Amino acid sequence: MNSILKNIIRFILFLFIQVYVLSKVDPLHQFITPYLYFLFILWLPFSINRWWLLILGFLFGMSVDYFLGTPGLHAAPCTLIAYIRPFILSIFIAQDSTEQSFVEPSVKSMGWGPYSFYIVLLTFVHHFYLVLIEWLSFGTFVYFLGKVTATTGISLMLIFIVEMMFYRKAKYRTNTS
Amino acid sequence: MRNIFLFIRQNFNLITFFILQLICIITLSRYSKTHEAYFYTEANEITGKINSQYNKLNRYFRLVEVNKALAIENANLKNSLATNFVTPDSSTKIIVDTLVKDTSNRYRKYTFLPALVVMNTVALESNFIMLERGSKQGVIKEMGVVGPSGIIGKVVTVSENYCMVMSLLNRNSKVSAMFKRGKEQYAENVEWDGKNAYYLVMKKISKAVDVKIGDTIVTSNYSASFPSMLMIGTVAEIKTDKMGNTYDLKIKCATNFHTIQHVNLISNSYFEEQRKLDSLTKKLQYNLTGE
Repeated sequence: MNSILKNIIRFILFLFIQVYVLSKVDPLHQFITPYLYFLFILWLPFSINRWWLLILGFLFGMSVDYFLGTPGLHAAPCTLIAYIRPFILSIFIAQDSTEQSFVEPSVKSMGWGPYSFYIVLLTFVHHFYLVLIEWLSFGTFVYFLGKVTATTGISLMLIFIVEMMFYRKAKYRTNTS
Repeated sequence: MRNIFLFIRQNFNLITFFILQLICIITLSRYSKTHEAYFYTEANEITGKINSQYNKLNRYFRLVEVNKALAIENANLKNSLATNFVTPDSSTKIIVDTLVKDTSNRYRKYTFLPALVVMNTVALESNFIMLERGSKQGVIKEMGVVGPSGIIGKVVTVSENYCMVMSLLNRNSKVSAMFKRGKEQYAENVEWDGKNAYYLVMKKISKAVDVKIGDTIVTSNYSASFPSMLMIGTVAEIKTDKMGNTYDLKIKCATNFHTIQHVNLISNSYFEEQRKLDSLTKKLQYNLTGE
């Protein structure tokens, strides 16, 4: 499938799943809201231009915000992870190595270790920033830390399940596409 | 000059990043400060359409609960029908109809406008509800919203066919409330602490007030958005605050916010007048003290 088409479908799917399924879930405890939508940004192709990555992250966050009625709240962490994503990826992937020929980050293309590090780090950063903004005006520090840890844990579990369910065949990049 | 351009070109991504972050933070802070959606009414129309499609499906799954709530409300209304009361000497007969003025010369102040919920969140810190009724159908800002079993919130933004309601489950929500039991009216704001969707809080209640667990909390006369004596909830827990001078109450919400489907907007015919007088007084006070 065409990469652009595939990502457009993902955009819509992640958006709707977040807005109509995950955000409707009762908070399990006062802490936890499950978040999965930012996986869209983590799954974008390696080859994407950094500037476009930023804009895309911002737009995606804003679309989630408009459905949830909180303009800016999810857009800010999305832009942040879109910004630091290339730095983290560049640690694991040397410019001219063979890995570069894969299309997008996945277990196959990066290996379990680096891929999970990449996911865990960006998930944590996303939640840390999101909860920080949300709780800036109220709440105690312990509460804040608890909420970050709990939501990060739940999100990682969801991502793990998604990775298991949709095992993506890592495609090689060919000259034609 | 050349160096500046060079700098911008080299750090183009970083600058874009900061600009986008700035936009996010400004939007968010301005939004929560004024409770007003910023360039939001346009988006309301788009998301509202998708939301109402989703809700068509969702409504079927909740029919049982909605039916039950409506049946209870119906029973309550039937109980208060005029025919249930006997007036031996019919010198004052009460007729309630939709006319602005009734025969006993009483003016209608509040009108209830039914509306359908198309979007609702309970899991966030600041929850909003979207209704399928907008300025074209007579909704204005700050109208109160009441459900079958109790009040729900206030309208904060209105677009042509939809409106956004700040639910009671919102950090910024404040509704003037009082105790139903007891002779003197004691009004205090009902708020939400963001923790549990089933409980609200009422802070700094004077110890002079006689509070018991199970007391009913209703809306007070002080609000222009709500008629008085509308159900809010019941007292579930009484705590003495740290200083020991006042009570903090935990209130069990009468409405289950997870299942609201059909609600009524409350239109106050004197709203403009009340507001105008209020702002006039404030201006006057400002003039007196400001100089």
